Amino acid sequence: MGTELLLFYLFGAIAVAASLLVVLQRNPMHSVLLLIVSFCALAGLYIGLEAPFAAVVQIIIYTGAIMVLFLFVVMLLNAHREDEVDVGARPVRGPLRAGAVLAVVLMAELVWALVRAGGPRDGALSEGAGADAAALQSVRTLGNVLFTDYSLAFEATSILIIVAMVGAVVLAKRES
Amino acid sequence: MIPLYIAQFGIILAVFGMLLLAAAVMVYSERKVAALIQQRYGPYLVGPKGMLQPIADVVKLIFKESLRPVAADRVIFVLAPILSATAAFAAFAVVPFGAETTLFGLIEEPIRLQVADVNVAVLVVFAITSISVYGIVLAGWSSNSKYSLLGSLRSASQMISYELSYGMSLAAVLVLAGSLSLTDIVNAQQGAWLGFIPRWFVFVQPLGFLIFMIAGVAETNRAPFDFPEAEQELVAGYHTEYSSTPFMMFFLAEYINMVTAAAVAADLFLGGWHGPFLPEYLGWIWFLVKISAILFFYIWMRWTLPRLRYDQLMQFGWKVLLPLAALNLIVTAAGVIYCGN
Repeated sequence: MGTELLLFYLFGAIAVAASLLVVLQRNPMHSVLLLIVSFCALAGLYIGLEAPFAAVVQIIIYTGAIMVLFLFVVMLLNAHREDEVDVGARPVRGPLRAGAVLAVVLMAELVWALVRAGGPRDGALSEGAGADAAALQSVRTLGNVLFTDYSLAFEATSILIIVAMVGAVVLAKRES
Repeated sequence: MIPLYIAQFGIILAVFGMLLLAAAVMVYSERKVAALIQQRYGPYLVGPKGMLQPIADVVKLIFKESLRPVAADRVIFVLAPILSATAAFAAFAVVPFGAETTLFGLIEEPIRLQVADVNVAVLVVFAITSISVYGIVLAGWSSNSKYSLLGSLRSASQMISYELSYGMSLAAVLVLAGSLSLTDIVNAQQGAWLGFIPRWFVFVQPLGFLIFMIAGVAETNRAPFDFPEAEQELVAGYHTEYSSTPFMMFFLAEYINMVTAAAVAADLFLGGWHGPFLPEYLGWIWFLVKISAILFFYIWMRWTLPRLRYDQLMQFGWKVLLPLAALNLIVTAAGVIYCGN
């Protein structure tokens, strides 16, 4: 238990620090890399929760696929450091306000969820919010739940992705 | 009697040492086989039949000056080769290479010949392989040179395109074996049909094996898919600006990745350490034989086939390999459901 708690704090600290640095430092390439570090730290947290499958899938999908695309885009656009681009330019007001509102909403939601969960309590780490650890480990159980109880959400997600893909193809074709 | 943890530590050291040795042997055999195919002698001066040539190369590389372009991104430029080499070594950690053994009675409880027995081993290999692309991509970007950047852009898109087929051909094997653990998958291939055909998955999954091997060549950046370095077009691709030890680390990573890819292929499709004639505790000899055969095939292919064109690579990956892999997965899954195992 001692090491587990230590690893939790270690990975948690890495995730928080890396996520903060993603927005705080100004080189887009470094931001992408720090985001990858943050994702890997999250994978470490999942292993601590005895969900190795979720951890590995987190790395394969986020680190291995999505972030490679991010990297690809940043490299292709040859994005420069933010401070080199907008010298003295003020950020646009509208998006800034919308972002602030969203941040407040997210914060309220997080606080509400944490209060409802009863805050940190003893044994919360190993029990993982009431989930059965053995069931979480089993890929079979995961598949069963995903394709029966959550099949609607699953299909909705795939439709969403297809729509995005079709949209991207349409945009790309129109330009040429 | 040796305690268990010392034995496990011994296995870790042995795997590390063997991987280094394997990289040296691979460099030597690549040059010798290339020479054979091109009717040359190959290295023959250093040591008997030139066998010490890789060691001479390493010594030479270490004593070279390590250069860094002024405009390079300092941190990432240093980090990239380390990332490549680390990922290459880490991937082998979950690959089993022999049956349970007591190491000739040295320890009481039998241990597995594997550094870490993870129950999602296949996915761990896959995850680490997907991280290893960053070494190449970051090396190319941080060098701040157009050839390097082109190499890393190609590497990124090639990895994305072929990882899907790689994963799908692998998923078909997982469906057949009903497990994500490499040890379980190997043990599911024990025995023989009709007494003489080994129950290897390659005979059930010939298409899957073919897709896995092709995508594996693309994943390890070997010819005919060696676009990230394509020396005729890009000087040396992503490692153009590297010299000395960092360059050596990229080289090492490339060869270790090949060994890992071959080991995973042997575990998934060729029955791992199972084979006739040899007793169970000598199974690792079969494993070595299978890996060597696959690696020889890799080398043979490099010196026989010309590189594809880049658009052909993408066309082939998305329009041929991926649909075939999906079809293979669906047919396999249907077969498992309707006919049982």
